[in-house]
Amino acid sequence: MDQHRHLDDELSSLRDRLLLLGGEAERALDRAMYALTERDSEAAKEVLARDDEVDRLEVEIDRQCIDIIALRQPAARDLRFVIAVVKIAPVLERIADHACNIARAAIDLNNEPQLRSTIDVQRMAEHASGMLHASLDAFASNDADLAQQIIQRDQEINEIYNLVFRELIESMVIEPGAAQRAARLLFVAKHLERIGDYVTDICELTVYMALAAFIKHTK
Amino acid sequence: MVEVAKPTVSNQPDLSGPAVQPSKISVRDLNFYYGSYQALHSISIEIKERVVTAFIGPSGCGKSTFLRTLNRMNDVILGTRAEGKVFIDNEDIYAPETDVVDLRRKVGMVFQKSNPFPKSIFDNVAYGLRINRMTSSKSELEESVERALRNTALWDEVKDRLKTSALGLSGGQQQRLCIARALAIQPEVILMDEPASALDPTATAKIEELIRVLRQQYTIVIVTHNMQQAARVSDTTAFFLLGKLIEVNSTSKMFTAPETKITEDYITGRFG
Repeated sequence: MDQHRHLDDELSSLRDRLLLLGGEAERALDRAMYALTERDSEAAKEVLARDDEVDRLEVEIDRQCIDIIALRQPAARDLRFVIAVVKIAPVLERIADHACNIARAAIDLNNEPQLRSTIDVQRMAEHASGMLHASLDAFASNDADLAQQIIQRDQEINEIYNLVFRELIESMVIEPGAAQRAARLLFVAKHLERIGDYVTDICELTVYMALAAFIKHTK
Repeated sequence: MVEVAKPTVSNQPDLSGPAVQPSKISVRDLNFYYGSYQALHSISIEIKERVVTAFIGPSGCGKSTFLRTLNRMNDVILGTRAEGKVFIDNEDIYAPETDVVDLRRKVGMVFQKSNPFPKSIFDNVAYGLRINRMTSSKSELEESVERALRNTALWDEVKDRLKTSALGLSGGQQQRLCIARALAIQPEVILMDEPASALDPTATAKIEELIRVLRQQYTIVIVTHNMQQAARVSDTTAFFLLGKLIEVNSTSKMFTAPETKITEDYITGRFG
């Protein structure tokens, strides 16, 4: 059935493009955190410069999904795949946006003395990056079990965030002169906490794609 | 190891429509033969009242044969034989005492190719009413014809030419006329065998819209080759293959998450 092979090719190309976007989001997060921890503002600028590529990929994926739905009318697992992709793409774009915000914070913070709490923020980032990578693996392999395991890990990021929050508030009280820097770092921690939530969204969509089960808002 | 909660399918939103309707047709272990060839194998299905049920499957899978067993249209083919039970309103339609004419009045049928009689538009719709003596006066006959034509959204298009030949209507109008003819004798079930397969998209859309409206009053069973049409018009979909009923499910579930792999392969075009 020629028509079907054509659809398979299109779905395969769509998956590749989504994974490319996922790779860009991962890279943006890792480079933004590198810029912060290694105090490398050039790396931060590089993250900001690549954001247009992320936006371009997201729009391409949107268009490709619309074409497939309009022209191929996918059903069953093909439909669930396309729906998952069309919802995951903006999530990845937002993750890359958070990475850009971290990069901007890094550029500001790199001009100031380093704060001690950076170590815990770095720990948060390692968790977020690991979860993001694993969520893309789960999506690529249609693995609902892995996706559900990753969702559980979001709690660890939330716990570190609460710790960082307390530490930074205390540091503002103890050292008012560092309050502005601490506030900046608090925003970075919040971006990482949000990335954890977005990874959870990706995993919930992967479960939908694999099992046709809606697990969002079912806790 | 993290304890992972297994998702349940039960938390899916149910878009299946009026699934809790009582059964209108109940088929149990039906086998059907053309001579020695067995065309249907042990079919069992409950067809709900005032629900649109679509039969889908590849050519030769038995869906049209099965449709025709529901008003014994296959009886007219020599050498055919049905085994098993088909109940409509709890009455076995294959029981010896069944009046087949009464059955076909109750279970109307619309075919793939519109087949208006070479008579006027009015006489086509009035035909069943007259031969069944269902009206007692000219005015009652006219009212019944008008009601049937209005129910098929044809009245405004033909009210000024009721005495002209039905053969002068477009293909889509002829098909709606045939539906009006079937509705005029007040059936309870309407069987449709690919009713829009010969029509253009506009005429098809009118037939599909009509099916959605008629569903409020009638139990409708439709055979279609067009899966998007099944998705658009039906509440329940049944998938047939090689004379067997493979899966029956709400149309929403069938087209997003069918239960059997073979159904999914067919729905997604991976079949064969």
